[in-house]
Amino acid sequence: MKGLVTVFTKELTDYLLSWRGIILFAAVLLTTVFAVFGPSGALQNIRQALDTPTQYRVGEFVFLRLFTTSGQGAPSFLYFITMFLVPILGITLGFDAINNEQNNGTLGRLLSQPIYRDVVFNGKFLAGTVTIGIMLSTITLLISGLGLRIIGVPPSSEEAFRIFLFLVLGTLYGAFWLGLAMLFSVLLRRVATSALASIAVWVFFIFFMTMITGFIANTIAPVDAASSQQEVMRNLRIHVSAMRASPIGLFQEATTVLLVPGARTMGEYLQLQTASGALWMPGALPLGQTILTIWPHIVTLIATTAVLFVISYAKFMREEIRST
Amino acid sequence: MSALTEQLAVETVNLTKVYGQATVADRLNLHIAEGDIFGFLGPNGAGKTTTILMLLGLTEPTSGKAYVCGYDSTREPLQVKRITGYVPERVGFYEGLTAAYNLAYIARLNELPEKMVAQRVNEALEVVGLTDVAEKKVGEFSKGMKQRLAFADILVKKPRVAILDEPTAGIDPEGAGQILDLIADIARERKMTVVMSSHQLNHVERICDSVGILVNGRLVVEGTVSQLGKDALGGGQFKIEIKLTEITSDIVEAIQRIDGVINVERTVELLVISCSRDVRSQIARVVIEAGGLLVGMKIRSYALEDIYLKYFREA
Repeated sequence: MKGLVTVFTKELTDYLLSWRGIILFAAVLLTTVFAVFGPSGALQNIRQALDTPTQYRVGEFVFLRLFTTSGQGAPSFLYFITMFLVPILGITLGFDAINNEQNNGTLGRLLSQPIYRDVVFNGKFLAGTVTIGIMLSTITLLISGLGLRIIGVPPSSEEAFRIFLFLVLGTLYGAFWLGLAMLFSVLLRRVATSALASIAVWVFFIFFMTMITGFIANTIAPVDAASSQQEVMRNLRIHVSAMRASPIGLFQEATTVLLVPGARTMGEYLQLQTASGALWMPGALPLGQTILTIWPHIVTLIATTAVLFVISYAKFMREEIRST
Repeated sequence: MSALTEQLAVETVNLTKVYGQATVADRLNLHIAEGDIFGFLGPNGAGKTTTILMLLGLTEPTSGKAYVCGYDSTREPLQVKRITGYVPERVGFYEGLTAAYNLAYIARLNELPEKMVAQRVNEALEVVGLTDVAEKKVGEFSKGMKQRLAFADILVKKPRVAILDEPTAGIDPEGAGQILDLIADIARERKMTVVMSSHQLNHVERICDSVGILVNGRLVVEGTVSQLGKDALGGGQFKIEIKLTEITSDIVEAIQRIDGVINVERTVELLVISCSRDVRSQIARVVIEAGGLLVGMKIRSYALEDIYLKYFREA
């Protein structure tokens, strides 16, 4: 246990104070603050929406809009976090975790100390997850603080709780990417290869997943101009289900439910589309129902991360330690 | 009662490691007494590193047992690691961290109380002469400095057994000499057992009490340097080479009769005499009395090279 604390402390210091950590933090900070408060950031659109309250039901959850509204030219904070920042954080912190130590000869030195081998792996994973948590929290709090000053509307307790849940979910999502990167760092000996492998998976989920889900949906349930409403809905439902195979899709859906309680997720939207044609629900989803809705998403995210972790763990425990 | 005093620092029983088809270590039986400086000799790829990793419990043996101070390396690796200091062949440090932090990390992993960490680290850095650069990042260090830092690692840990894999590889002769002397000093001062692998004979010869020679995974010989030297030189302590204008069997017989002469070998123009003491004057007299003409005479005591070459050729 003491060994774990030692490894954890050292790795955490390394992550937070090394150039890597500083550059990452600066990049994430600049991107998100710019997305919200920049010249064409979200703030303009929030102001505009406040002028036409009936259209967007802005009376409720004004504060959360800071995180979910997109700007004129820039995507929303949430979009940046989902698509780019958290995956990049996870990958950058984990892609060389094990193989770099192996190549530098520090692993042999470390493992000849009286600690269990898994302590090294667990310590790194924990430190990475905590780093992601710290960075996400700092940024979210910073934006909340700035937003509070600028829009002047304090968050309700429910909003605060939803933001807290978002942070937990975001850290879990980061842990998934960290686990993926660390898996490659155990499987592949060269640092450059493991970095590329993690980036390849990320690019796949960002760009190709939509194409693939579209292809799957169109193959199983083809639609054309003459298709009935049922057929169109079936196609879309398959599309949505397939998207959930991607961690990005999962996180996107879960955070949307969490931070835009009035909006329908794709699934619900589809079912009600024909009835009312509205993007917004008649009333916002209560907190309890929100958690109930995203619970499967959370469990799936944890389970996927656990699978990645177990594979890396099993491989690492059998690894030969020689550096030559 | 004598169990403690007789306990070996390192003992292996038929230790074997097979990778696929290749047998890297073949039924090794090592016996290293406590306090010894043991030289583990062998050409590259003989299986030295693999054996060392098995001693540390970092690699599982295919069969056989390894014990360090009585602890089973496979079953109680943590106990073994607690009392063993290891310097890998390509030793690595966290280059972005300072020398002092690198050492402190090792101290903390060994559960040294926090208030003792700084003191122990400073002591170690002083012994290896790196106090001035304690707060410098290791990335700026030269190879020799890193190697010395690796010994500081061991000093921080204060183990009963130090295992050094090729500690002098890639270092200039002067630096290597310094490091070897440092190892010997520390080992003698602290009564620490040292297992040092190398393929450089002069390095092993300089500090080791006993050696084991590993060729193709097999331990061809093991023993103290003096004992092996005697064996290699045909049982004698010294080897005297004499050159005569003409070699006759009379002279050979006469030399063989000298007290202390163990063996006489005859080559084309030389006589090689193994003997247990310096008998040069007697030889000179005998040669002249037998009517021979002495042209030259050389004496040397055994060298590890003789031992090494003898067993290496045999293997």
